[in-house]
Amino acid sequence: MNDMTPFTTTLKDWETDQEVRWCPGCGDYAILKAVQRTLPEIGANPAKTVFVSGIGCSSRFPYYVESYGFHTIHGRAPAFVTGIKLANPELDVWMVTGDGDGMSIGGNHTMHIIRRNVNVQILLFNNEIYGLTKGQYSPTSREGTNSPTSPMGSVDRPALPCAFALGSGARFIARAYDVSKNLPAVLKAAHAHKGAAFVEIFQNCIVYNKDRFDDFVAKGVADQNQLWLADGEPMLFGSEKSGGVKGIALDMETLSLKVVDVVDGDWQAAGVIVHNVKNRAIAHMLVEMPFGPFPMALGVIFDDPRPSYEETLLAQDEQARAGKSANLAALLAKGQTWTVSGTAADPV
Amino acid sequence: MATALVDGPDALTGGKDAPEAVVVRFAGDSGDGMQLTGGQFTLSTALAGNDLATFPDFPAEIRAPQGTLFGVSAFQINFGSTDIETAGDQPDVLVAMNPAALKTNVPALKAGGLIIADSGEFNKRNLEKAKYDANPLEDGSLEKWQLLAFDISALTLEAVKPFGLGNKEALRCKNMWTLGLALWMFDRDRQPLIDWLNAKFKKNPVLAEANVAALNAGHAYGETAELSGPLKQYHIAPVESEPGLYRTVTGAESISLGLVAGAQLAGLHMFFGGYPITPASSILHNLAKLKEFGVTTFQAEDEIAAICSAIGASYAGQLGVTSSSGPGIALKGEAMGLAIMTELPLVIVNSQRGGPSTGLPTKTEQSDLYQAVYGRNGDAPIPVIAARSAADCFDCAIEACRIAVQYMTPVILLTDGYIANAAEPWKVPDPATYTPFPVTFLEEANGPDGKVLPFARDEKGARPWIKPGTPGLMHRIGGIEKNPGTGNIDYSPASHQIMTDARKAKVDGVAKSIPAQDVTLGDETGKLAVVGWGSTFGPIHQAVRRVRRKGLSVSHIHVRHVWPMPENLGDLLKGFDKVLVPEMNTGQFKTVLRDQYLVDAKPLNKTSGQPFTIAEIEAAIEAALV
Repeated sequence: MNDMTPFTTTLKDWETDQEVRWCPGCGDYAILKAVQRTLPEIGANPAKTVFVSGIGCSSRFPYYVESYGFHTIHGRAPAFVTGIKLANPELDVWMVTGDGDGMSIGGNHTMHIIRRNVNVQILLFNNEIYGLTKGQYSPTSREGTNSPTSPMGSVDRPALPCAFALGSGARFIARAYDVSKNLPAVLKAAHAHKGAAFVEIFQNCIVYNKDRFDDFVAKGVADQNQLWLADGEPMLFGSEKSGGVKGIALDMETLSLKVVDVVDGDWQAAGVIVHNVKNRAIAHMLVEMPFGPFPMALGVIFDDPRPSYEETLLAQDEQARAGKSANLAALLAKGQTWTVSGTAADPV
Repeated sequence: MATALVDGPDALTGGKDAPEAVVVRFAGDSGDGMQLTGGQFTLSTALAGNDLATFPDFPAEIRAPQGTLFGVSAFQINFGSTDIETAGDQPDVLVAMNPAALKTNVPALKAGGLIIADSGEFNKRNLEKAKYDANPLEDGSLEKWQLLAFDISALTLEAVKPFGLGNKEALRCKNMWTLGLALWMFDRDRQPLIDWLNAKFKKNPVLAEANVAALNAGHAYGETAELSGPLKQYHIAPVESEPGLYRTVTGAESISLGLVAGAQLAGLHMFFGGYPITPASSILHNLAKLKEFGVTTFQAEDEIAAICSAIGASYAGQLGVTSSSGPGIALKGEAMGLAIMTELPLVIVNSQRGGPSTGLPTKTEQSDLYQAVYGRNGDAPIPVIAARSAADCFDCAIEACRIAVQYMTPVILLTDGYIANAAEPWKVPDPATYTPFPVTFLEEANGPDGKVLPFARDEKGARPWIKPGTPGLMHRIGGIEKNPGTGNIDYSPASHQIMTDARKAKVDGVAKSIPAQDVTLGDETGKLAVVGWGSTFGPIHQAVRRVRRKGLSVSHIHVRHVWPMPENLGDLLKGFDKVLVPEMNTGQFKTVLRDQYLVDAKPLNKTSGQPFTIAEIEAAIEAALV
């Protein structure tokens, strides 16, 4: 995010005159609305906001936001963002990518923009499938995914975007899903974080991977299968209605997480962990929790800022420039020179 | 004239005490410091007022196994009291620091030329490594040449003895001993070298003293040793150059300076995105030290990120530049297409090397011309400029910046490994004599009813440059085909036809802004035009000069703007009966010329990783005129 004077806009101001071309019912619509709802709330200025994307369904996103937008090439959005932010750090940049774009063809760049900590909000729409190319399995597809390129089921182990991001040195990671009412809050937190803020958004591809995330987003199971994290709050999920309140505790013997029952609301007695967004070790455990025995960890998982790349690099450039003038004539005549006057040369 | 070879009697052996030009090659193990020796000899030569050209030739391995044939590193310099335009065909003097250096370099030595060899290194082990059955210094196999063999190793050890260095460190001073001898041979002042050594080893004064002692010892050896025969002192008179301030410059330095000048003339901050690759890295190194000139350098994670970050910076209003060599340029291809499609300025420098694939990382070639002109998906025209020499890189870099910002287009600047590394004297230009080409960004809506039309075009066919951050001009761009005005996604047949035509017309139109093609040497019509581009300038020029002296009707045309080509080039070529195109590839520019002008251009090709010799081109010219 950037420290900028709040700007007054409404959701309407962030809509373009372009026809949105995602499939009817696509989760991208919900994410677009959540972003367009968030932008006025954070006081964003359309003229100073840039949406940059790669290639894929998600990467059409910039065309639908009334700001500056750059739809680039497959997987490389992070490199464009880095150039933009180094050229003008005042711009508020959002990067939109997908599981194929950001984790497969552009995995390298995703790693480096995170490692460098460029100040940008990275929204990775994870639908666990290649949508735009008609349904091939993706690097986040679960093992056994049937697709045109894996008719007997995929055998690749899926990548975990948040674990990848943390492993790359991320200072902010969060998770949400397309239709979640909490998505704007997560986006706001990402924007408030100075540095690379990585947000994985589970997104329903209703054509090629319909309802893939129903095991934790469907009505009726959400309550017991979603762990919404909040800084300073105990890690609780479930309710009496859904079979009991449960919590996440640390098994001290194996140094791993475990699910515990919370009786009569006494989470302290059950040893439930209080979420601390600066605890990197727990963050690693949360993003790797196997779904099934554990709920899906959502919300802001880790948030511990460090100076951004462009801030540090440009400060170094300033330091290099301090007290020096850009005298081109002097630069050209630098080093060992000699003067020719007629025929003889004299060392200078 | 350029080399001693040109004018008959061998410079050092024909009895002339003051030859006009001499070619010296220093050859040794890659750890022997030959490039450094050559570089310092170059500097002293420049300070003596001689014109010069150099050719550093070194292996791809940083520390190749000692004593091996493939580990030999050589540095050739041609210097004289007349205009020098090539590094020379055949050396007059070969300094061979070990058997491998002798074996790989002696075939190039002119008959009757002088060999200076370090006999101390011609031991059994090194002879075996160089695959010699007998010691060539003793078996008479070198009798075609003059031989001076003495134990440079022992002489160096003796000279540096007082400083108490270990054997290995002491032997490292051998190159300075050799340099001292060379400085004596050509009557050069040692002081600049001594100053340089003292500065280089400031933190280790003992090493500085030892190196100076070795330098002095080598010099004294030449002066006092009672050597009869070949070792004599020569004085090469200074060249008659245009008065002014001079320095030596390599292509990599000159490109870096030209880019800085180009950005200043455009009134822009420069963003340079690069990734390490031989022989292009030195441009990134140079620019990283020039931040006060409004330069940001970014070492990206790969070649693709390097160009994409530069495009990002251009999008944000800076002058994006990226640089690489063939394999890296291949990786950048898709992003170049995006820069063409979004019509953003960008300069792409390709320091060509031998290919395909990894090819010859440290050797030169001109085989990326097709890649530059044609090598992208879709109809993807890019202006291409080729520098002819190290000094020419400066003007070419400025020209690349001008075209990029005036036409809102990526521009490719071709140089090669030879130009990038070779040094030549350069008359320091006055930046005030260059015409500025300041950029204006769009600040207000350019369409009806306050609409933004990012793809409206000016008289050059260029679209407006709009910086994100400008109020009221929000718009979206991307790699998908777009509406000719609004830039909104538009795949309609009419739209793609209009946009493809517009992109082509814009780049074709660059030809209107470039100078007409001149004839570098010779008449505007005649029997044969020798047409070159890039670093073949020197040998072509000298070869044409020689055959013209023989009375042949031959002209030299050297093309800087390879794409689009100058508007008069086709007509110019039609004025010649024959066209010969020497290139360090299998005939790429020849094909482009044939395609563009239906001219029966004949190729002269060389792909050995070495520049053309004058004699090779001269022979081809004479054969073409039979």
